[in-house]
Amino acid sequence: MKRLIFILALALMAPIAALAVQPDEVLSDPAMEARARHISQKLRCPICQGENIDESNAAISRDLRLYVRERLVAGDADDQVIDAVVDRFGEFVLFEPRARGGNLLLWLAGPAMLLIGLLIAWVFLRGRRPTDGAVDALNASEQARLDEIMRD
Amino acid sequence: MIAEFGHFALILAFMVSLFQMTVPLVGAAKGWLGWMDSARPAALAQFLLVGVSFAALTMAFVTSDFSLKLVYENSHTAKPMLYKISGVWGNHEGSMLLWVLILALFGAAAAVFGDNLPPQLRARVLAVQASIGAAFFAFIIFTSNPFLRLENPPFDGRDLNPLLQDPGLAFHPPFLYLGYVGLSMAFSFAVAALIEGRVDAAWARWVRPWTLAAWMFLTIGIALGSWWAYYELGWGGFWFWDPVENASFMPWLLSAALLHSAIVVEKREALKSWTILLAIMAFGFSMIGTFIVRSGVITSVHSFASDPTRGIFILGILAVFTGGALTLYAVRASSMTAKGVFTPMSREGALVLNNLLLAVSAFVVFIGTIWPLAAEFLWDRKLSVGAPFFNKAFTPFMIALAIALPFGAIMPWKRAVFARAARPLRGAFIFALAVMVLVFAVSTGRSAIAVIGAGLGAWLIAGSVADLLHRVGNSGLSRLFRLPRADWGKAIAHAGVGVTFIGVGLLTAWQLEDIRVAKIGQPFDLGGYDFTLRQVDQVQGPNYLSTLATIDVNRDGASVAVLHPEKRIYPVQAMPTTEAAIDNGIFRDIYVVIGDEQADGSWAVRTYVKPFANWIWAGAILMALGGMVSLSDRRYRVAVGAKRAAVNAVPAE
Repeated sequence: MKRLIFILALALMAPIAALAVQPDEVLSDPAMEARARHISQKLRCPICQGENIDESNAAISRDLRLYVRERLVAGDADDQVIDAVVDRFGEFVLFEPRARGGNLLLWLAGPAMLLIGLLIAWVFLRGRRPTDGAVDALNASEQARLDEIMRD
Repeated sequence: MIAEFGHFALILAFMVSLFQMTVPLVGAAKGWLGWMDSARPAALAQFLLVGVSFAALTMAFVTSDFSLKLVYENSHTAKPMLYKISGVWGNHEGSMLLWVLILALFGAAAAVFGDNLPPQLRARVLAVQASIGAAFFAFIIFTSNPFLRLENPPFDGRDLNPLLQDPGLAFHPPFLYLGYVGLSMAFSFAVAALIEGRVDAAWARWVRPWTLAAWMFLTIGIALGSWWAYYELGWGGFWFWDPVENASFMPWLLSAALLHSAIVVEKREALKSWTILLAIMAFGFSMIGTFIVRSGVITSVHSFASDPTRGIFILGILAVFTGGALTLYAVRASSMTAKGVFTPMSREGALVLNNLLLAVSAFVVFIGTIWPLAAEFLWDRKLSVGAPFFNKAFTPFMIALAIALPFGAIMPWKRAVFARAARPLRGAFIFALAVMVLVFAVSTGRSAIAVIGAGLGAWLIAGSVADLLHRVGNSGLSRLFRLPRADWGKAIAHAGVGVTFIGVGLLTAWQLEDIRVAKIGQPFDLGGYDFTLRQVDQVQGPNYLSTLATIDVNRDGASVAVLHPEKRIYPVQAMPTTEAAIDNGIFRDIYVVIGDEQADGSWAVRTYVKPFANWIWAGAILMALGGMVSLSDRRYRVAVGAKRAAVNAVPAE
């Protein structure tokens, strides 16, 4: 009985257990294959949870990988291939959102925050410059505590 | 019966935490010593009760008590014992119980080791800690009770997700939680200080060890998760910028910043209000992480237990604590007057830069993680933000950090002349340049990543060595070993960052990959190694069926390794996993994965040569080790020793 379950499971799972890129998908031209891999890593598998099509095991990812290679072989540039996939599936499949429209905010958020931070830090650091202000003396209990620590 | 006992203990712990969050706080406000000190036994009792509750749940998993719904859903009799135990936290309810267990553990530790804390501060810290506990106890008891029974106990369980049945992942969550929850101590100290209206060097000295410990655990937890992804997911990636990874990375970045700004408070009594803000944010992001994982608002490979009510509950906790703390901060921050003065070109100034870069990089990770959510909410657009974005938007900050780090680490306090401060780094600079030239020479035509990664890594490592030597000065090697542990810890941790830089840079740039159909007995070549698929067997494991391949790896006719990549099927969950076979080396890993059988009896095989892969995790281990060495520094024990001397002066009763 147990053996039967194993075999059944094997039979059921076999097609899903397929590895990401299959040997039969690989293009003979290494340069073009490298481009295909690069593009694949930017495209999200439409049905998986956060995997790109290069590492995904889903059937649709395989279809997409083959489609990408088809287009490359047909002579498309990388951007054209990505555009073609986005036209079909929407911008959801793009792992690198395009830096235009509202998404500009996303791309500029980091640099903008850095500038703001530098500005604040600059204002703060100017305020920290040494002046000739008198330093507060320790009060009695602080002095006692300091002595205690220094003795140790 | 045992389960009900655990359930009861959990409710009692909730009650104790309610007591602990109110009575000591009132006592501290009124100056009643007895009320204040009631926090300590309460913290211990709370820990004991959660401990009993956790033990009861563990017992149910170990004995496979399938009358518990949780055990039925996440365990199986055929599962090895290690995974029966790790199954306790391999699910939502159990992991939350682990969360509060660690929370109570930190509270109890503060109660036990808090002898030298002023009683008022101690009472307030423990009360704030208990209030976090109370919120999460309520969360568990009302929305995620692990002790629910099934009316008709089934014969066997549904098993733990096979991907989680792995030694690396068994210990990944506990370390991560020790880190997340450890930051709650920094948070409690920050809120207590805000209530008190007083932050001084002593405060920083109490906060820093807790933050250091939390950061260390977080480092280990993240490294374990990354290592697991590397060998388990079958293509050898080590970081995916998955929302849940980001959720653990943000608190890590912020706690690293906190760690450094607390030094400025401790040594120079400056940056006080910023340090308080960081402490609040670091724990706030820990809770955001919990929210992201538990609520299912962001889909991810990790998200277990997606449930809107739970999400709303955690969002509520997050809003109350972070919002409350920030409000308190807004009211009180102005009373934190800084004392130390310094010029921008000084150690303090360098640490401000460190904080700025770490905080902004955490912000970039944050905005990238929530952007899909924001875009859907604002414009009803469904979009994705993944690795390509983060690699471009995040990496520049790390590069800037790495360039500045050795300068900052060697800079004197208060006031520095750059040219003079940088002089001890000349050797390190030349070394780093040499490494860059060397890497460039051996990798012509490839990406700049290798040159930058290795160059910066070498710069960081050599810079740490230069820093140590600079501290020794002319007084000889014996002085080197008498340097304070904190100096050693700093050098080790910074060198660890460098080691990770080298690993990431060289692995990314130099990895070799081969995907092919391999005929049995027919060798193929990759990166100077010969691979031969010898045989493929079907093997039965304890709770899985395995397709086990044997692959010989040779170099110049000599055997390098015999690798056994596997493909497993776990029938209970009907789920396949790949078990890559790796020959670990200092300078390269050989990584082999077996795929499907082809019609003619040959097999799909993926082979990788991954240069310097282990340096990524070796660097993380060094960082954690540096933290540990620093934690053992004398100055954290000084205050304890002073207290003991005072106690000895009074005769024991």
